Amino acid sequence: MRTQATVLFDAPGPRARRNILLSNAAALVVVLVIVVLVLIQLNAQDQLAPDKWINALNANAWTNYYLPGLQFTLQASGIAVVTAMVFGLIFGFMRLAPFGPIRWIAGVVVEFFRAVPVLVMMFFLYFFFSRIVAPTGLIASADAAYYGVIVGLTVYNGAVIAELVRSGVKSLPKGQREAAAAVGMTNNQSLRLVEVPQALTAMLPSLLSQFVVIIKDSALGYLIGFYELLQYSRQLGSGYSNILQTLVVAALIFIVINFILTWFASKLAGRLSSRTGGDTAPVTSTTMGPALAVK
Amino acid sequence: MNGFLELFAEYDIIGAFWMNIRLTILAAIGSFVLGTVLAVFRISPVGSLRAIGTSYVNVVRNTPLTIIMVLGVLAVWGQLKITFSSDFALNFFIYAVIALSIYHAAFVCEAIRSGVNTVPQGQAEAARAIGLSFLPAARVVVLPQALRGAITPLGNTLIALTKNTTVAAAASVAEASGLMKTMIEFNPDLMVSIFLTIAIGFCIIVIPMGLLTTWLSDKLAVAR
Repeated sequence: MRTQATVLFDAPGPRARRNILLSNAAALVVVLVIVVLVLIQLNAQDQLAPDKWINALNANAWTNYYLPGLQFTLQASGIAVVTAMVFGLIFGFMRLAPFGPIRWIAGVVVEFFRAVPVLVMMFFLYFFFSRIVAPTGLIASADAAYYGVIVGLTVYNGAVIAELVRSGVKSLPKGQREAAAAVGMTNNQSLRLVEVPQALTAMLPSLLSQFVVIIKDSALGYLIGFYELLQYSRQLGSGYSNILQTLVVAALIFIVINFILTWFASKLAGRLSSRTGGDTAPVTSTTMGPALAVK
Repeated sequence: MNGFLELFAEYDIIGAFWMNIRLTILAAIGSFVLGTVLAVFRISPVGSLRAIGTSYVNVVRNTPLTIIMVLGVLAVWGQLKITFSSDFALNFFIYAVIALSIYHAAFVCEAIRSGVNTVPQGQAEAARAIGLSFLPAARVVVLPQALRGAITPLGNTLIALTKNTTVAAAASVAEASGLMKTMIEFNPDLMVSIFLTIAIGFCIIVIPMGLLTTWLSDKLAVAR
């Protein structure tokens, strides 16, 4: 049995095992030293004072700040996931269309939204909603940031999902399309009934990873004044002058939620692999075009 | 149209993009160094180093970059009073570079690791079979293939980094997205053309990077 993780190292012998033990001890010491240094620095600035942490963790903090903030974060992200799916499916289909001009238009739209930073998109949408849409009475001007976040997340992630749909269909074995043609399906039927459903199954894990991206990017709403988790935490922190503590708590909430989603995505990828002819590897960078993996 | 052209005279659009590019270059270097160290940790046979690498990646990858940026500026600078330069703008610029480096190091680490994972076990075994010891095997056989496998994810990380430099707006660094905000605030009637100017600026920077990544990874792909 091989015990090591990678291609680079052979199974350790007695001397290597001793060296590993020594390195473990050294790493432990270094980590401890760093932790102590951080604690000393925190203490020097009076950041370890109990009341600062209590005020960042007590019932008032949760019921009046973190939970309402989290609600808006998840609400905006949840809506954006659904609308991004719709956007992505429409443009994914258009990018697979047999008619050239439709493919090109969809291609330009998708490439544009993938290349423009989400924050630039959100700044623009915020002004668009507050200065142009709100005066018409269609939305309340207080909601401009909320819609800005949702639409900004939708177009970017929708463009990413459109690419996922396209690459998912492209990664299917050729036989799927040929078999559909052999039983007399048209191009459209083959896409709709055979290829895209399999591509969607294969995409599910990446969609979950995309949900993580959306949740993380919803924090950008902070910069256009959207009241989400980060905004609420900052407000709490300015109120009790414990901003370091409240931001750490907010970061931990994000980490826990996203960690669970990421973990679930990788479990799902393993379970779904038998249900499609395509690839269910938690799609990050290698299976698709550029600019998709991170953020 | 006249008003639009005057904007170019009034605001330093090129300078703002230059700020994004400088942030990109410095943070790319920072995150590459840190990410490589973490990747070495994650593929090392030493359990504790692997644990450190894994925890770093899991924590940082799941934290919004905005929070890292705001934590840096409001908590580390504001509360812990850690200052890198007496010049305000430079200080925040350094904070932005550090936050971007910390965040993207996690993705660089994963890119390099996935590159190493593309190398089949048989390659290392063959290297040992012809008598290469650890360092020559790593240098001549494994790492060259691993780096080629890592080109696509590394390119994607660099593209994401370029776009994410806009988040430096949270540290009040004078870059393109912040400039766009100011420009629209003072010229709301030119909103769409201002947005398109900045957006196309990013397209001009980002799309060639994507094409280059695809071209490089095709050209250098390891035939197996």
